[in-house]
Amino acid sequence: MDDKKRKDIKILATKIRRDVVEMIGPDGHVGHLGGSCSSADIVAVLFEKHMRYDAKNPKWEGRDKLVFSKGHACIAQYAALCEKGYFGREELPKLKTLGAMLQGHPDRNKTPGIEANTGSLGQGLSICNGMGMSAKIDGLDTRVYCILGDGELAEGQVWEAAMTSVVYKLDNVTAIVDANGLQATGPVKDRFNLYPIEEKWKGFGWNVITIDGHDIDEIDKAFEEAAATKGVPTVIIAKTVKGKGVSFAENVVGFHNGALTGEQYQMACEELDERLKEEEAL
Amino acid sequence: MSKQNQRKAYGEALVKLGEVNKNVVVLDADLSKSTMGCLFEAAFPERYFEMGIKEQDMMSTAAGLACSGKIAFANSFAVFATGRPFDQIRQTISIGRLNVKICGSSAGFSDFGDGSTHQSVEDMAIMNTIPGMVVLTPADANETKAAVMAAAEHQGPVYIRLCRNDVLDVTPEDKPFEIGKLNVIREGSDAVIFSMGTMVERALEAADELEKEGISTEVINVATLKPFDYEGAAALCEGKKAAVVAEEASFIGGLTGAVATALRKSSVPMDYVAVEDSFGQSAQSAEELMDLYGLTAENIVSKVKALI
Repeated sequence: MDDKKRKDIKILATKIRRDVVEMIGPDGHVGHLGGSCSSADIVAVLFEKHMRYDAKNPKWEGRDKLVFSKGHACIAQYAALCEKGYFGREELPKLKTLGAMLQGHPDRNKTPGIEANTGSLGQGLSICNGMGMSAKIDGLDTRVYCILGDGELAEGQVWEAAMTSVVYKLDNVTAIVDANGLQATGPVKDRFNLYPIEEKWKGFGWNVITIDGHDIDEIDKAFEEAAATKGVPTVIIAKTVKGKGVSFAENVVGFHNGALTGEQYQMACEELDERLKEEEAL
Repeated sequence: MSKQNQRKAYGEALVKLGEVNKNVVVLDADLSKSTMGCLFEAAFPERYFEMGIKEQDMMSTAAGLACSGKIAFANSFAVFATGRPFDQIRQTISIGRLNVKICGSSAGFSDFGDGSTHQSVEDMAIMNTIPGMVVLTPADANETKAAVMAAAEHQGPVYIRLCRNDVLDVTPEDKPFEIGKLNVIREGSDAVIFSMGTMVERALEAADELEKEGISTEVINVATLKPFDYEGAAALCEGKKAAVVAEEASFIGGLTGAVATALRKSSVPMDYVAVEDSFGQSAQSAEELMDLYGLTAENIVSKVKALI
């Protein structure tokens, strides 16, 4: 990856985080800051380098697809879609208000660029398998990306889907586990210890890659390996920090789905604006 | 009139549909020899997906296929097609208004031997509660074939309820299925019976009996539980002295409730022949269970007479 591309990805990731903060806003509305910020770098790499799409033609047949199985963190996807021109910035502050295009969870009928309705955890990978099967029937080289949470892996359907991907050799499906280690009520290892993760996926027959989910080059390489791996699906276990990029929210359970005080909002904006300035100056 | 099997008709209709529409795909969860999805598997193996014994994954996978423009028929026994994957059907298929057609096979008491776990008294109620879900209950094999074609044409999710056993032909061959239409299959002036699925033939039998006693009885084949034509149902009751519902399902959440709602401002008295708030049990035949739970022509006759 050249320096220009790396710079563009970093800028997009910071813009995603900034937009996430903007969508939650200073007015006491709750939003899923933590899990959106932990996914931001992965989403940025996908939108900036790996996914083929046309913002002006969201239903373009040749597009690649991204589904947030952890639907609550879809505001990271909303941010990327907005940055890439699927809709205007005026939609961002309307998040979760009556009649808004941007719903609390992804809605394919309301938001351009959203592929499927998710929100009840554990179902996204099955949906992605269906998309992968459809692409194979149609002879399309579509790639389908599914972002799951680590806490979400407790849902049994994830493992039903993991079997299906392998049985149908869906090498066009890539799962990404945003392993930020925190679920709504506390650390995953304390609340419901579902580790180890890697061995489970290996046991189900997946190609498993473990990376630092905030290292742009590692994320990029993992997606390249996933695309090059034929006959079996690939899962990327991305070790992440919940709330990454917003210092006071990092690794704090309360920001799974919390509100920002006026002061916190201000601090987050200043931190991210500052970083954006630095990244753009590089 | 002859008897035919709805499941066989369903499987054959899927094949016919697959021939004319390359976007049709079929999924089963290890019951394809019962649902007759196996006929489609044999004809179009590349568009057939055996999903293993996992109905939730099957429904969400069907959703993904539909997101990509496919018309996905997902089959299982009615109990497993509705109860177990309810959340998947609600969240992605229904809120997303996807082209997934769910076939609830071996519905009602038709899987007589397997007992209460396999007998669906509440599948229609479950599907009926989901906003936008179309719920079809074809009365025989002919209507099953037509319902499959109509389901494929309809944009959005559809539930099709089928009986396991052979049923009497009560509708003509090759009659197009009109979703939402209340079909008058026998005219009458004193009483009206709203029936669906396997109860249509019993309603016709009851009407014959009532005729002998001088009570002219109309029989409606309500092949669409939802969208239900409330105004049409009320209009059909106008001038009648009695309205009786006949359904092989719980009286809660299905046709009984729909007709009661239709008649909420009417003075026409109504009653029902349906399953009370109870599960089934094993038996040697579906008839035994239909008799035990009161789903009989005789019972329809007595309910009509009691109202008049």
